[in-house]
Amino acid sequence: MDTQDLRRLANAIRRRDLQAVFEAGAGHIGGEMSVIDILTALYFHVLRVDPENPQDPTRDRFVLSKGHTACALYVVLAEKGFIPKDEIKTFLKPHSRLNGHPNRTKVPGVETNTGPLGHGLPVAVGMALAAKLDNASWRTFVVTGDGEMQEGSNWEAIASAAQYKLDNLTLIIDHNRLQQGARLAETNNLAPFPPKLEPFGWAVEEIDGHDMDQIVAALSPEKVVPGKPRCIVAHTNKGNGISFMSDNVAWHHKVPNAEQYKQAMAELEEANQ
Amino acid sequence: MNAIAEKVKLFDCRDAFTETLEALATEDTNVVAVCNDSVGSSKLTGFRDRFPERLINVGIAEQTLVGVGAGLANGGKIPFVCGAACFLTGRSLEQIKADVAYSNTNVKLIGISSGMAYGELGPTHHSTEDFAWLRAIPNIAVVAPCDNVETAAAVAFAAAFEGPIFLRLSRVGVPQLLPDGHTFELGKANLLRDGSDVTLIANGTLTHRALKAAELLAAKGIEARVLNMASVRPIDEQAIIKAAKETGAILTCEEHTIFGGLGSAVAEVVVDHAPVPMKRLGVPGTFPPTGSANFLLDEFGMSPDGIATTATALVQRKS
Repeated sequence: MDTQDLRRLANAIRRRDLQAVFEAGAGHIGGEMSVIDILTALYFHVLRVDPENPQDPTRDRFVLSKGHTACALYVVLAEKGFIPKDEIKTFLKPHSRLNGHPNRTKVPGVETNTGPLGHGLPVAVGMALAAKLDNASWRTFVVTGDGEMQEGSNWEAIASAAQYKLDNLTLIIDHNRLQQGARLAETNNLAPFPPKLEPFGWAVEEIDGHDMDQIVAALSPEKVVPGKPRCIVAHTNKGNGISFMSDNVAWHHKVPNAEQYKQAMAELEEANQ
Repeated sequence: MNAIAEKVKLFDCRDAFTETLEALATEDTNVVAVCNDSVGSSKLTGFRDRFPERLINVGIAEQTLVGVGAGLANGGKIPFVCGAACFLTGRSLEQIKADVAYSNTNVKLIGISSGMAYGELGPTHHSTEDFAWLRAIPNIAVVAPCDNVETAAAVAFAAAFEGPIFLRLSRVGVPQLLPDGHTFELGKANLLRDGSDVTLIANGTLTHRALKAAELLAAKGIEARVLNMASVRPIDEQAIIKAAKETGAILTCEEHTIFGGLGSAVAEVVVDHAPVPMKRLGVPGTFPPTGSANFLLDEFGMSPDGIATTATALVQRKS
């Protein structure tokens, strides 16, 4: 899919996500809007995954470590054909397999159950190690939040990935500068990330995480540096695409009222023209 | 009887673990070991020398240790994730819950030097809560073998078993109790000695102590049944109910706190199905004083004499 199509698809995914969160009356819409461009590029341009054979041993692995943005992942998986599109309307409903955090035992296409932060990267390191042991060409991608990088387990995994020279591993940090309660800068400011990751032995690139051309270029296999795990610091906006949510800490898990929903949908539709 | 037992050869069950693991790794290239700088204490030096690429040492990083294990399992490997039981379970409990049990990944957690095996190093290095913690998490089997033979059998079982399992091993020497060639069955107790007056239920390093206690009791005319209950979850409900009904009293012995471990698991079955007098021996909800594992077990009333004394009092409670 070319970048123009990816942009249009990402817009459709934003709208479906907005509708799902509005109808469910809960969700993490801010972080979903910040990560949707990255997810769209991964699933429709990069990942070698097959909804008809979700357990293909040679598939690429993707881990959404910021599991609270599960709704965005569900919409992407539905668009890709892993689950029925119609099922999105069950999000958070009693007995739905689409709860607030992804579950691999119930939802095809999910690789590991996330929710507690700081879990996805260590698991992704294990996946990348498995591919190395088999001399297999499949790649592993993991998306974390920027606030999530405050979890010490990530830095254990960062050190291990470098030690094992996991150049088949790509970490994408969704750097929207906001965590649940405040700005990263006001809480425990790990930014800027490159000067922290590079000395560990990682190859780091910074991009605009909402510029589809930049995302696609950064995820290209040609960017792999032999012997080094790769980190893409994606500069994003929480609530991106919806004016009153964008870069606003209030919208971590706030739900729009009917008027706000209407305005948000109108803005997204206008952007799609 | 004690004098004879003292001469019996004692086995460090870690040797049975690594011998079996190396044999499994020879047969199946998907078998890998993961450790946290614990190559020596997990007795993985032989594995490292034979399969250097398949020993993954993440360093002193237990959260990543377990997460990496889950990722390796996702990639089709059979990871034996090894570390001192106290750190493996305590430091990475949330990884065990989310990445292993809830994600239902095919990870084998090997808790080395469990219980009070690190003795004099003190309570930071004791692992006397692991049964309770892991029993509270759904979808993970919990097993504490009693000797070298059962350890080898349980390791072979774990490799063939599809799903999460925790094996709780010690480094404290124990005599061989089960016959060569013994096959491990998850959720099945082993009847080591039959009796009709009281049942002693134990696992790990306590099973041989319970057997000795049964000999002391027999000398006093009390016939004790001894069940080796390696499998704490799933637990052999039928054997427990049968013991309650046929012997009328149950004493549990474990190298673990009495809150939430083997004794609690047995009591849950007894209360639901066949209430009889019970007593739970274990670490009594305190941080142990300085001492070796064997000293502390004696200190907490789990010498063969201590177990026999408690069993005698329990028999007297039967109406």
